[in-house]
Amino acid sequence: MRLETFQMLDKIETLDREGQTLVALAHVPRSSPVFDGHFPGHPIMPGVLLLETMAQAAGYLLMSLNNFSRMPFFAAAKTANFRAFVEPGALLKVHAECVHLGSGYAVMATSLTCRGQRVSDARLTMRNVPFPSPALEKHVVREGRRLGAMEPGTVC
Amino acid sequence: MASTFDTVAGIIAETSDVPLDQITPNSHVMKDLEVDSLSFLDITFEIDQKFGIKLPVEDWMGRVNEGKDSGDEYFVIGNLCAQIDALRAAVAQ
Repeated sequence: MRLETFQMLDKIETLDREGQTLVALAHVPRSSPVFDGHFPGHPIMPGVLLLETMAQAAGYLLMSLNNFSRMPFFAAAKTANFRAFVEPGALLKVHAECVHLGSGYAVMATSLTCRGQRVSDARLTMRNVPFPSPALEKHVVREGRRLGAMEPGTVC
Repeated sequence: MASTFDTVAGIIAETSDVPLDQITPNSHVMKDLEVDSLSFLDITFEIDQKFGIKLPVEDWMGRVNEGKDSGDEYFVIGNLCAQIDALRAAVAQ
């Protein structure tokens, strides 16, 4: 994770296109300016960043399903639960599952686990639209490669 | 069994807080009921799930934006219900 640039995922561990599920790894950094303010003396990951982490996993799953031809944008969180503190240095597993793939949108079930314990979960709605700019498409494809979403060897 | 209209009106009322008695077959979802695009996504999801179909909203929007169709054809509730019934019939075949 690089919190300052919203690079929330480190690696896609498993991707099942048929089952429409993805599991990614996200290693919370041991130090970040974010923790200076959130909170002094009690550093924990902000809930909004945990939500963003789940949204990115949902996004990469959707892009993998459409061969990176469309860009999912986070549109709504119908539920978002933060069940335990996530501290610096934590290794998170980020789970995403496509509940419904609609026309131009998708509903996703997402969750975060840390050492087998569910620490957060959210039901997200994503708008699935054509890339609004070539620069964004290039960036996202490059990120998809970095994460392993586009390498046949890592994709089930 | 509830009619398509009754089901759709119930979904709209529940999803977007529009009073049920304001929803008629002649209501335009956006213009009359002031449902915004995000709420319409929720309505679309509930319709997809309830009827086991996939409303082709992107195609509809494309046709409207290209001037091929009027939005009324898809977003006036009576017409929306007719579209749903046609999609259900196609799925059943």
